[in-house]
Amino acid sequence: MHIPINGAPIYCYTGGKAFDAAKPTVVFIHGVLNDHSVWALQSRYMAHHGWNVLAVDLPGHCRSGGDAPASVEQGAAFVAALLDALGIERAALVGHSWGSLIALEAAAQLGPRVSHLVLVGTAYPMKVSPALIESALNAPEKALRMVNVFSRSTLAPPSGAGFWVFGAGMALGRKVLHSNREVNLFHRGFVACDSYAHGEQAMAQVQCPVLFALGAQDQMTAPKAAQGLIAMARTAGKTVQVVSLPVGHNQMTEAPDGTLTTIRDFLNA
Amino acid sequence: MPGYSDPGFDTLALHAGAAPDPATGARAVPIHLTTSFVFESSDQAASLFNLERPGHVYSRISNPTNAVLEQRVAALEGGVGSIAVASGQAALHLAVATLMGAGSHIVASTALYGGSQNLLHYTLARFGIETTFVKPGDIDAWRAAVRPNTKLFFGETVGNPGLEVLDIPTVSSIAHEAGVPLLVDSTLTSPWLIQPFEHGADLVYHSATKFLSGHGTVIGGIVVDGGSFDWDGPRSQGKFAELTQPYDGFHNMVFTEESTVGAFLLRARREGLRDFGACMSPHTAWLILQGIETLPLRMERHMRNTEKVVEFLAAQPFVARVGHPMLESHPSHALAQKLLPRGAGSVFSFDLQGNREQGKKFIETLKVFSHLANVGDCRSLVIHPASTTHFRMSDEALSNAGISQGTIRLSIGLEDADDLIDDLKRALKAAEKAGA
Repeated sequence: MHIPINGAPIYCYTGGKAFDAAKPTVVFIHGVLNDHSVWALQSRYMAHHGWNVLAVDLPGHCRSGGDAPASVEQGAAFVAALLDALGIERAALVGHSWGSLIALEAAAQLGPRVSHLVLVGTAYPMKVSPALIESALNAPEKALRMVNVFSRSTLAPPSGAGFWVFGAGMALGRKVLHSNREVNLFHRGFVACDSYAHGEQAMAQVQCPVLFALGAQDQMTAPKAAQGLIAMARTAGKTVQVVSLPVGHNQMTEAPDGTLTTIRDFLNA
Repeated sequence: MPGYSDPGFDTLALHAGAAPDPATGARAVPIHLTTSFVFESSDQAASLFNLERPGHVYSRISNPTNAVLEQRVAALEGGVGSIAVASGQAALHLAVATLMGAGSHIVASTALYGGSQNLLHYTLARFGIETTFVKPGDIDAWRAAVRPNTKLFFGETVGNPGLEVLDIPTVSSIAHEAGVPLLVDSTLTSPWLIQPFEHGADLVYHSATKFLSGHGTVIGGIVVDGGSFDWDGPRSQGKFAELTQPYDGFHNMVFTEESTVGAFLLRARREGLRDFGACMSPHTAWLILQGIETLPLRMERHMRNTEKVVEFLAAQPFVARVGHPMLESHPSHALAQKLLPRGAGSVFSFDLQGNREQGKKFIETLKVFSHLANVGDCRSLVIHPASTTHFRMSDEALSNAGISQGTIRLSIGLEDADDLIDDLKRALKAAEKAGA
């Protein structure tokens, strides 16, 4: 469905179910050069198991209009505006990669309005190499290939009959990039990840349980790069759960069922 | 297989889609000869039926062995995924039936395999789908043939058997201007010679019976989605309601919302395999996988032998014409150099100077070449297209496809090239004598 937010039509995949204000809501937030469809093997299930699903295309991405977030803070403000637009009092936030930082920052801004925070393939700080940022700007096809190679941990992902995760990642990246002729979404997203410096304060402000779902072989956001944030959450007294999935940065497609059950069990606990 | 490198073609041909079996440790791909798969619970069963979770339900729709083949071919083609089906013809039918119904229109090359020409010209017309045929090299004709109800452009990477090379970059560009995808039959080239998606094609299919399998043992087909076509883009808006509107037949699913890059594959599997049922046996999938493991080695040898045989035939006075793009005389020579730098395939035709009887004598004298209706086998093959594979076509259609009554088609195999040339020498001599 499309919802007008800040004057722009924003697309939310609802998993084949109409939005129902009586149900709890979970918002899925994608990473750089992705869209809602990366959550296909988690979001549709949740929608048919008691949850309102809002798997967004971030502003300026694919089916959503508006200006693409230039920072994690702008992405978080968009999430808050989304909840306001639909009159949602409280929601769980699930983010992957860049989306995990947006979810973290939104959870900090929204305080008690966030019931659960799930950070999939996260790291803080989420530094991106200068070479990759430069390639994203000037040679996006090359950078896209690099990202897809780094994101992969297997040549045999169980992603559903007949789908080839590497090719799907390349095609989706190209499609998202071409969906916005005014802004290089690749470069903008990477710069937003690289420059985010509010993670520690944000984690301190979070008021809900936090789940870290990390890929043991993740080369984009290596598990060790999340340890500082995990320690910070524990020190701040949050309820923290850490799950290691035996995959790379494509948690949702390389370990679709493991990622789903990890999120589901955390949200339903 | 974590690592910084991007696996090359030969590695993908061996490893894409397959890992040691977690249950048994088997290194080779297991053959899952089972119709169906036990559900863990009623909830899991419902989730599988509703596409909420990945997994297999019934082998007409999907199967773990077939899934390995599907991932592997998608990897070799650079696609997002693929669907294995019962034959190359089933692959073409699945592609067409997924995208259109009665009242639709296709623009297709005249240089097609006889079976494809038959399906488009006669059979699909019976179901209300019309086709306009255009010469593959006549670029203006592709553009002029477009109608408001056109849903698809279709051609072969190299036409069978004349080897007219399809100008994929140009034809796909015209298709995209018209808001329709380009479907390419890449059977004769295999992904080792060309990856059509890199040149602008949107869908690719193979008769896997041929080079992918490579051993003349099984019938199979596979259709691959490049994931690039914008089904609800500004030019195609309204044309592909099958993918962009809720489908009553499957949970009111809107396939383009469900998958940004795999909508075609979702509908083709959930409707096409489910309802038309032209599925592939897991045993067939396994045999094709065995073939693909040596595809790079075989294709290299196919091409080396072909070069030698073409050079030999081109030097024979009793041979009127050799139709291979490696020769400067072939109309597609320049395009082949550009799109097919590794070669334009090992299936080609030539014309004898003699009459029909001499052609018959030529074929019957061959000993190493087998006279049969197939191509892409590891063994060398020969046939007379006008009386066999293309026999339903009119003289005009034959001429448009570059076939005369004297045309002989060869499929060059993996034998010693010297033995192939000796066999051809003997047959040419016998044919020449028969006309004396």
